[in-house]
Amino acid sequence: MEWVHKHLPALIIMVPLCMGLVTAIIGRRGAGWYMAMGTTAATIAMAIQLLVNVLNTPGQSITYMHGNWPAPFGIAYVIDPLNAAILVIVALIAAIVTMYARKSVASEISVGKLHFFYGLWLFCITGLLGITITGDAFNLYVLLEISSLSTYTLVALGKDRNRRALTAAINYLVLGTIGACFYLAGIAYLYMATGSLNIADIAARMQDIYATWGTDSPQYQKTVIAGFALMAVGLSLKLALFPLHGWLPNAYTYAPSAVSALLASTATKVGAYAFIRVIFTLMGVDFAYHLLRTDVALLISSAAAILFGSFIAFRQTNVKKLLAYSSIGQVGYITMGFALGSVTGLTASVIHLFNHALTKGGMFLALGVVAYRVGNTKLQSLAGLGRKLPFTMGAFTAGGLGLIGVPLTAGFVSKWYLVSACLEAGRYELAGIVLVGSLIALLYTWKVVEVIYFGKRADDAAPMREAPLTMLVPTLLLIGGSLYFGIDSSLSAHIAETAARFVLGGTP
Amino acid sequence: MKQGNLSDNVLMRIVARWNMPFILIFALYTQTHGELGPGGGFQAGVMIAAAFILYGLVFGADEMRRIVPRWVSDGIAALGVLIYAGAGMYCMLMGYEFLDYAALYPSNPGGAEPWGMTTVEYGVGLTVSAVMLTVYNEITEGTGPGSAEPRDSNNDTEVVGKV
Repeated sequence: MEWVHKHLPALIIMVPLCMGLVTAIIGRRGAGWYMAMGTTAATIAMAIQLLVNVLNTPGQSITYMHGNWPAPFGIAYVIDPLNAAILVIVALIAAIVTMYARKSVASEISVGKLHFFYGLWLFCITGLLGITITGDAFNLYVLLEISSLSTYTLVALGKDRNRRALTAAINYLVLGTIGACFYLAGIAYLYMATGSLNIADIAARMQDIYATWGTDSPQYQKTVIAGFALMAVGLSLKLALFPLHGWLPNAYTYAPSAVSALLASTATKVGAYAFIRVIFTLMGVDFAYHLLRTDVALLISSAAAILFGSFIAFRQTNVKKLLAYSSIGQVGYITMGFALGSVTGLTASVIHLFNHALTKGGMFLALGVVAYRVGNTKLQSLAGLGRKLPFTMGAFTAGGLGLIGVPLTAGFVSKWYLVSACLEAGRYELAGIVLVGSLIALLYTWKVVEVIYFGKRADDAAPMREAPLTMLVPTLLLIGGSLYFGIDSSLSAHIAETAARFVLGGTP
Repeated sequence: MKQGNLSDNVLMRIVARWNMPFILIFALYTQTHGELGPGGGFQAGVMIAAAFILYGLVFGADEMRRIVPRWVSDGIAALGVLIYAGAGMYCMLMGYEFLDYAALYPSNPGGAEPWGMTTVEYGVGLTVSAVMLTVYNEITEGTGPGSAEPRDSNNDTEVVGKV
């Protein structure tokens, strides 16, 4: 056990990576799913153990050095409360969605490609976990590419159901690659200024550079600003922050149902985490928010994302696309939280990362059941399904309430923290935007709920049974989780606040 | 000129067939001498793949796929990465950090580094060569002389129209 504890940071990446490779070779037919399920179950156990270890470590930080090379020279994995929490979110969602994937994927992807699907599925999870755990800015780029490249392919595999998955995947590939290149160029500029790639080391050297800026001979001023700007734009593309969200709606809509659920609840979240890391740990709040006023740009984008995303969601007639646009709005809430730069704001971000992952993941899973039973996710296809699929549609409705932020759902907790953070900062107009966003969420949720319960099912429609258990249980687990953390948020709020305090260090 | 016709040309046939051993030997040299001179797994892998692709260009891609079937190249691609990861895992099992090559030769950690790096480079070589072949396979799939939809004449536009 001692051995496992010591090597947990490396194992949590290596186990899914190796298993992904093995699955791609021998995971033919049904075997692939069993291997993916076993791997993700092991991963969630490791992630929870890491979180416990980190919270019990004095100083709340664990460093793992690859090849025993000391930090600035080798690649170090650094785990602190913030990324330990994100690791648990990613691993948890991955395990639950994998459980669901078996029947859903079997009905949407040809059997000859299943071993590739589950191999890529594990690579994608490896990449997402890796982005979260790494303490090296360049290693982050490599893992970003691992997760992105497998994601493009996973989206494209939706082509058996709808050929438009191919154009969606190409679109995502082009924009995603531009985003990754921007991030890489930003790292190159920072490397030019500091000569280091380790996040903690860059942050330390940056302090010396900042110190020269007030004097007559400022060093690397333009280099650092250009580097940060490139990284900020690249990561905004990855997390689909408004004006850079173009790839998201089609990629989520045409991907296989299980892939949509995995992406919606983890990929953008990990992007947001990387952005938080760059702003707060790598560059420092003083540089990013006080000197460059990035927070103003972020707040404007977030507010626009909330209003625009929610409004466009309201106009959709394909429910999957509606949820995709709603995700753009929800990303706005996450970025608004950390753009405020306070402990409460960052807490709101982290807690909304978790709550939204549960809620939106659960809703995509419920919609996957509709795709499994009906064959498509058009709004009119949901008519009258409230009687036919009572549990699934009940879960969808509960998730919708979470998006609105009704009390006793997780969405309420995150919005409570977000509005408190806005009021604390004296930004009443932002609090207003959050509330208007919730109001629009009420409209688009009602639009679907009305069809589900009041719509009339065609008389000649084929008889239909409730979802199979392996699909129903994961859906209810995620939505049940979102209700549980809405009623008793002490655990999630405690971890989020610990993480926020750790990242912001001494600043109040 | 159609693609398959290259193999009718004696010169092409001989050059392709008798260049392969030299390319492969040079690839092996690059692989094994990687730590002492320019080269390493990546370059060697590309060269190995180049030998087979040259064969495919002259004798047709289907002929190359007969020699190296898809499942072989797919398997080798994954196997190479597994060798790399396995080297790291082995170090971990021996009680060292991930990829700490000192585990391979504990009495002389400095001497162990080349061993570890060479092992890893073999993994890189295998994966790179297999992935290059996969890329070639993907490009040439369905364009050979025997395939159902030949790529010459005006058929291209029709195929696009159908999709």
